[in-house]
Amino acid sequence: MKVDLKQVEEASKELYIRALKILPPDIKEGFRRLDAGETHATGKAILGTMIRNIAVAEQNNNLLCQDTGIPIYNVTIGADVQVDGFGLKEAIRKGCERATREHPIRSSVVHPVTRKNEHTSCGREIPVIHVDFTPQPESLSIEMIPKGSGSENNSWLRMAVPADGVDAIKTFVVDCVLDAGGKTCPPTIVGVGVGGTADLCVHLSKVAATRPLGSRCEDPEGAALEESLTRAVNQLGVGPQGLGGDSTAFAVHVEVAATHITMNPVAVNMQCHSARRARATFTPKGVTYGF
Amino acid sequence: MSHYDFTTPVTEEQVRKLRVNDTVTLNGTLYGIRDATLIHLFDRGRKTRFDLRGHALIHTAPNVKWVGETKAAPTGYEPICVGTTTSDRMERFTRPLLSEYGARIIIGKGGLREGSAAAFRELGGAYLAVVGGAAALETTWVERIEDVDLDDLNPESLWKFRVKGFGPLLVSMDSHGGSLYTEVNQAARAKRAAALAALGVKSK
Repeated sequence: MKVDLKQVEEASKELYIRALKILPPDIKEGFRRLDAGETHATGKAILGTMIRNIAVAEQNNNLLCQDTGIPIYNVTIGADVQVDGFGLKEAIRKGCERATREHPIRSSVVHPVTRKNEHTSCGREIPVIHVDFTPQPESLSIEMIPKGSGSENNSWLRMAVPADGVDAIKTFVVDCVLDAGGKTCPPTIVGVGVGGTADLCVHLSKVAATRPLGSRCEDPEGAALEESLTRAVNQLGVGPQGLGGDSTAFAVHVEVAATHITMNPVAVNMQCHSARRARATFTPKGVTYGF
Repeated sequence: MSHYDFTTPVTEEQVRKLRVNDTVTLNGTLYGIRDATLIHLFDRGRKTRFDLRGHALIHTAPNVKWVGETKAAPTGYEPICVGTTTSDRMERFTRPLLSEYGARIIIGKGGLREGSAAAFRELGGAYLAVVGGAAALETTWVERIEDVDLDDLNPESLWKFRVKGFGPLLVSMDSHGGSLYTEVNQAARAKRAAALAALGVKSK
C-alpha cells in the first residue's frame, strides 16, 4: 500500500478539528459511570455541566474546551506500507497549521523564551510526532491528541531508588493527585509511568494518560497497580474541579518498562476530563475516522 | 446558599454579601485576562484604557475569528469558543488587580491560594468558579466581543465581552476567608494516610 501525502495532510487537519469537538465513546461512558456513582452535591452538579457541555459542543459544532492544547500526532505504520517518512512528518505539520488557520482555532503554541505565537499551532519540534510500527498489514493510523495545559502543567518525575520499593510509586501517585487538586480539571485520567529511563518513564506516563478508558496495562503487575491506585485516589474526595466529591479520576492507568538495577523511576502525567482523541486509519480501501 | 443575579459593575457591598456555596449569574460586561495580559500590565508597566473598577475578570484566552468590523462584531472579532483556564498560575496578580484596578470578582477554575484569599478579605472581592473544560456551553453565555485592548498579545489580549446569563457560577472563595479549595484540600490530605494504608504502604 502506498500512502498519499496529500491525504495525510487533509487527515491531519481534519483530526485536529474532530478531536477538539467530539469526545470518544469510552470517555462519554466514563462520565455516565462517574455520574451514576457521585454522592456529593457539588460534584454531581459539575459532572452534569460537563455532560451537558459534550452535547452542546456536538449540537453547535463547537470546540469542547477553549484549550486547543499542544498538538500530538501518534503514527503507527503497518507492514507492506510504502511512505516517505520525512514527507509524512511535513504533511502532518501542514495539516495542523491548516486546521489552525482555516477553521480557525486558537494557536496555543509559543516560543518558550520569546513567547512569540506564530498562530499556526506549530513551532520548533511542535507538533509532537511519534512514529511506531505494527505487524498489521497494509494499514497506517494517525492518532491526534490535543493535550491541554491545565493537566500538562501538572506533570512529575521522581527518580526513586530500589530501596524505596513499590511503596514509593504508590505514595508518589497519591501525593501527585493531592498536589494537583482542581488545577488539572478533574475527573482526570491519571497516567503513571513506571521504570525505564527518566525520559521513557515520562513518555510512558503520557501514553498511560491518553489511553482509552477500559484498556488495561499489558504487564500484570502494572494492571494490578491500576486497580488499587484507581480505588485509592478516588477515596481522597478531591472531586470534580477540586470542589469535592467521589469522582477524582476516571481511572489510574499505568505503563511499565524495564529499568536499571539501581533505578526505580515513577512519573505522573494527567489527562483532564476533556480527554480528547481522534484517529484516522489508512487502508487500501481509503481513510476512515474514529477514535 | 443564595443565588444572586449581578449586572456589572458591582459594589463592594454586593461582593461582601457573597458566601462560599452561593451562586451568581452575571450580565453586562466581563473582561478576559490571561498570563501574558497580566505580565504586561504588572511586570512591564503597560496600561489599559479600560476602567476595570467594580468589574468581573475571567481567566481566559478565547478562540476567535476575524470577520471584519460589523455592528455584531465591533472589534472585528467573533467569539468561537470562550472558556476558562487554570487560575493558579496567575495567583500573584489577584491583589494588584483589586488594589490598583479596583476589580471585584475573579472568575476561573481550580481556585487561587492564600494570597488571593487575603486580598479578597482585605479589599472586598470574591472568586467564582466556572466549570473548566465546559467551554462550548460557556460560549452560549457570551453575546459578543465589545472591545479589545493589548491585542498584540492575541489570544492573550485584554478582552471586553458582553455576556447574558453567564452562570450559574459557584462562589468558591469569598471575602470572609472562606475557600472551598482549602476545605477540600485539607479534607483530602486528612484521608491520605487511609488511602496509603489501603494500598499496603507500610511507612510514612
